[in-house]
Amino acid sequence: MANSTLSESLNVQDRSGSSSTMNTSIYRRRRLVNAFNMGASTLTMAFGLFWLFWILFTLLQHGLSGINLQVFTQSTPPPGSQGGLANAIYGSLAMTISGTLIGTPIGILAGIYLAEFGQRGWLAPATRFINDILLSAPSIVIGLFVYEVYVVSVGHFSGWAGSLALALLVIPVVVRTTENMLRLVPNTLREAAAALGAPQWKITLYVTLRSAKAGVLTGILLAIARISGETAPLLFTALNNQFFNSNMNQPMANLPIVIFQFAMSPYEDWHTLAWTGALLITLSVLTLNILARWMGSQKTQSH
Amino acid sequence: MADNNVKLQVKNLNFFYGNFHALKNINLDIAPRMVTAFIGPSGCGKSTLLRTFNRMYELYPGLRSEGEILLDGNNILGRDVDINLLRAKVGMVFQKPTPFPMSIYDNITFGVKLYEKLAKTEMDDRVEWALRKAALWDEVKDKLKQSGNSLSGGQQQRLCIARAVASRPEVLLLDEPTSALDPISTAHIEELIHELKEDYTIAIVTHNMQQAARVSDFTAYMYLGELVEFGETDNIFTAPKQKATEDYITGKFG
Amino acid sequence: MEKFSNNQQMQRQMLLDNIFRVSTRCFAFLVLALLVGILISLIIGAMPSLSRFGWSFLVDSDWDPVGQKFGALVPVFGTLATSVIALLIGVPVSFGIAVFLTELCPNVLKRPLGIAVELLAGIPSIIYGMWGLFVFAPLFADHVQPVLIDNLGDIPLIGLLFQGAPMGIGVFTAGLILAVMVIPFIASVMRDVFEVVPTMLKESAYGLGSTTWEVVRYVVLPYTKTGVVGGIMLGLGRALGETMAVTFVIGNSSRFAVGLFEPGQSISSALANEFAEATGEFHMASLIELGLILFFITFVVLACAKLLLLRLQKQEGKAS
Repeated sequence: MANSTLSESLNVQDRSGSSSTMNTSIYRRRRLVNAFNMGASTLTMAFGLFWLFWILFTLLQHGLSGINLQVFTQSTPPPGSQGGLANAIYGSLAMTISGTLIGTPIGILAGIYLAEFGQRGWLAPATRFINDILLSAPSIVIGLFVYEVYVVSVGHFSGWAGSLALALLVIPVVVRTTENMLRLVPNTLREAAAALGAPQWKITLYVTLRSAKAGVLTGILLAIARISGETAPLLFTALNNQFFNSNMNQPMANLPIVIFQFAMSPYEDWHTLAWTGALLITLSVLTLNILARWMGSQKTQSH
Repeated sequence: MADNNVKLQVKNLNFFYGNFHALKNINLDIAPRMVTAFIGPSGCGKSTLLRTFNRMYELYPGLRSEGEILLDGNNILGRDVDINLLRAKVGMVFQKPTPFPMSIYDNITFGVKLYEKLAKTEMDDRVEWALRKAALWDEVKDKLKQSGNSLSGGQQQRLCIARAVASRPEVLLLDEPTSALDPISTAHIEELIHELKEDYTIAIVTHNMQQAARVSDFTAYMYLGELVEFGETDNIFTAPKQKATEDYITGKFG
Repeated sequence: MEKFSNNQQMQRQMLLDNIFRVSTRCFAFLVLALLVGILISLIIGAMPSLSRFGWSFLVDSDWDPVGQKFGALVPVFGTLATSVIALLIGVPVSFGIAVFLTELCPNVLKRPLGIAVELLAGIPSIIYGMWGLFVFAPLFADHVQPVLIDNLGDIPLIGLLFQGAPMGIGVFTAGLILAVMVIPFIASVMRDVFEVVPTMLKESAYGLGSTTWEVVRYVVLPYTKTGVVGGIMLGLGRALGETMAVTFVIGNSSRFAVGLFEPGQSISSALANEFAEATGEFHMASLIELGLILFFITFVVLACAKLLLLRLQKQEGKAS
C-alpha cells in the first residue's frame, strides 16, 4: 500500500517542466534484472559448493572402503595381488619433509631481504615480481628444470631430485608470506630493539621474525599443503618405485604418482588403491589448509 | 493527508546497532523547503538519524529501527515500502565526494536513467539543468566526457550534489558535505544549499556549528542518541533553552 | 683494556651484520636466478629441436616419435582451447560467487563459505583429474553428450564443434574440470578487489535508488576492473600450466581435431605422458621445447596479471 502511494506520488512530481515522468515499466524491468542476476549469483555459489561436496563425497565413497592396516604396512602390489601404499606414503613423506627443509630457510632469508633491506635498489622489486610469477608458474616446468639440471647430470632419477623440485615450489610461497608477515610488524618494535644497541641481524632474527612467527608458520604450512598434492614435478624427478626404498638417491615411490599410474591402469584392484591414496592425500592437504587458516586467524585475533 | 508544513515527521524513533541503543525516542518535524541542521558531538547519532531517512542502514545486517518516519504522511519505515523508490525520492550526499568511475555526463545521468526514459536532447537538457543547479555548469560544460575523478575535490562534491538533484528528489540529505573540503569550496557549497532550498527540503549533518548557523533554518542538537533541543536556528544559537545546548554551542563542551 | 674489547665486539657485530645482509641478498638473488636458470636450461635442452625445426615447430601438426618429426600445433592448440573453455565457464561463475560473497551473503555464512571456496582451491589437481575420469566422464558421456550431439551436431558450422563419439573425455571435459579448478582462484581475487570499493561510493549509488545489481555493474565493476582482469589472468595462468587434471581427461590424442568432444592433447599432458619414456634426441628436445613454449606463455600472462594488480594497488594508494 505504502509502496503504491510512493510510486504514485513520484509520478505526480514534476518540477523542471520536462514532459517525462517516472516510468514504472523501466523500474519493473530493473527489478527483474536485479532479481535474475542476484538469483544467478546465488546459483553460482551453489554450483561451486556442489562440486566441492560432490568430489569429497566420491572420495569418501570410494576411498573409505579401501582403508585398512595393509595400506600402511605393505608396498604397492603387482596387478592382481594384495598390497598397500606403504612405500608411496613413506616416499611422499620423505620428499615433502626434505623439500620443505631445503626450501623454507631459503624462502625465509629471501623474504627477510625483501621486507627488511629491500627499500632501495632494483633487486627487491624485481625479486618480488619474479617470485609472484614463480608462485603460479606451471609446476611441470619446474620438474623439467630439475630434470635438466640435476637428473641429467647425476644420470638417474632419485628421491633427492623430487625433493629439489618440491623445494623450488616451496620457496615462492614462503618468500611471499614471510615478507608480508614481516611487514606487519610495527617499526616501533624494530626501533626499540635498535635503541638498545642490538645489531641488525639480532633485531631481525630475535625480534622481528619472532613476533611474526605465527604468520610465517602459516605460510610454511600452506607450502607443505601445496607440495604434498603435487604430481607433475615428480614425474621426471622421483619417478616411481614399485618397492620400498628409503634411499633418497634412488627412484622413489610417492602417493601422487602411484595414484596417477594406478588410476590410469585397467586393473580394478589398482583403482581401489588409487582411490584410497587419493582420499589420504586430500584429507591431509585439507587438514593442513584448515590448520594453516586456523593459525592465521589466531594470529589476527591476538592483535 | 499530512500537514502541509511538515515534509518529514519523525515519531518515536528508536534505532539499534545490534544491542546498542543508538537513537532514543526521537520526535521531530522537518519543514518543507527549509534547511534543518543536525549538530552534536561525534557519536551522538546525528548521522544515524539522517541515514534512517533513506533507510541506508538496511544495507547492513544487525541494524534496525522502531517507530515511524512519515514522508508526506506515508510511513517510510513500513515493511512494504520499496526502498529503491524511497531512495530515488530522498537523495543523499556524503562526507567525501564520491564520483562514480565514469564520465561527468554519465555520473549525472546515472540516477536519471534508473527511473526515466529520456530522449538524447531531453537528457542533455537535464544534465545542464542539474549542473547549473549545482553551480558547476560553467566549469565543466566543455569536458562532460571526462572522468568525474579529474575534477577538484570541491567540484567533485558539487558534481555529487548535481547527481543527487538530477533525479529530482524531494528531500536532500547532506551528511557533513564539506568535511573533506577547503574553505573556498565549503563557501561554494554553503551558497548552493541556500539556493537549493527553494526547491528541496534539506537535512544537513555538520560538525561545524558556524556552518549550521549560516545555512540552516532549524537546528537540532543531539547528544548520546537523544534529541536535546530542536528549534529555529536563530533561537538555538542565541537563546538555547537547555543548558547542555548552550554549553555545546559556546564551546564549553564537545 | 675494556675499551679495546668493546671495540672488537663492535667490529664483530658489524661483520656479522654485513654477512647477514649479504646472505639474505644472495637468497633474494637466488629467486631471480631461478627464473633465468629455468629459461636457460629449457633453451639448452630444446636446442636440437629448435635448430632442426625452427619456427615451423609452432605450426606443424605432426607428432611422430617413430619418424622423429615433431610439431607443436596440437598440444599448443589443446592448451589454449582447454584454457579458453575454462575461462568461459569459470569467469562468470567466479564473478557470481564473488558478488554473492560480498553483496548477498548473510554475515554468519561469509566465513564458512569463503573457507569452502578456498578448500576447493586446496584440493590437489590429481584428485580433480581422477574424479573427472571416473565419475564425471561416464555421467557426461551417458546423459549429456548424446543430447548435445543429437541436437547441435547437425547445425552448420556450430555443429562441427559438437560432433564425435560420446566418450566423456576430451577437450571440453578437460576445460570444464579446469574451470572448476580455477574458479576458487579467480573468485577469491575478485572478492578481495570488490571489498576495497569504498563503502561510501556504493552507498552513493544505493542512495540514488540503484538495485544491488546496478551497484555491482556500474560502480563496483568499473572501479575494480584492473583487479578483476588481473584475477582472470591469474586464473588463466593456472589453467595453462595445469597438468594432472588435464592429463586424466583430455584423451591424449596427437591427432588434430576441432570438435569439443574430440580427444586432444595439451602441452602439459604431452609432457606428463611422454617425457619419462621419450625416445631419441629429437623427441626429448621437442618435449622440452613444448615446456619452453608453455613457460613463455604463462610468463607473459602472469606478468600481465601482476602488472595490472600492481596498477590497482597504486591507484588505491593515491585515492586514500
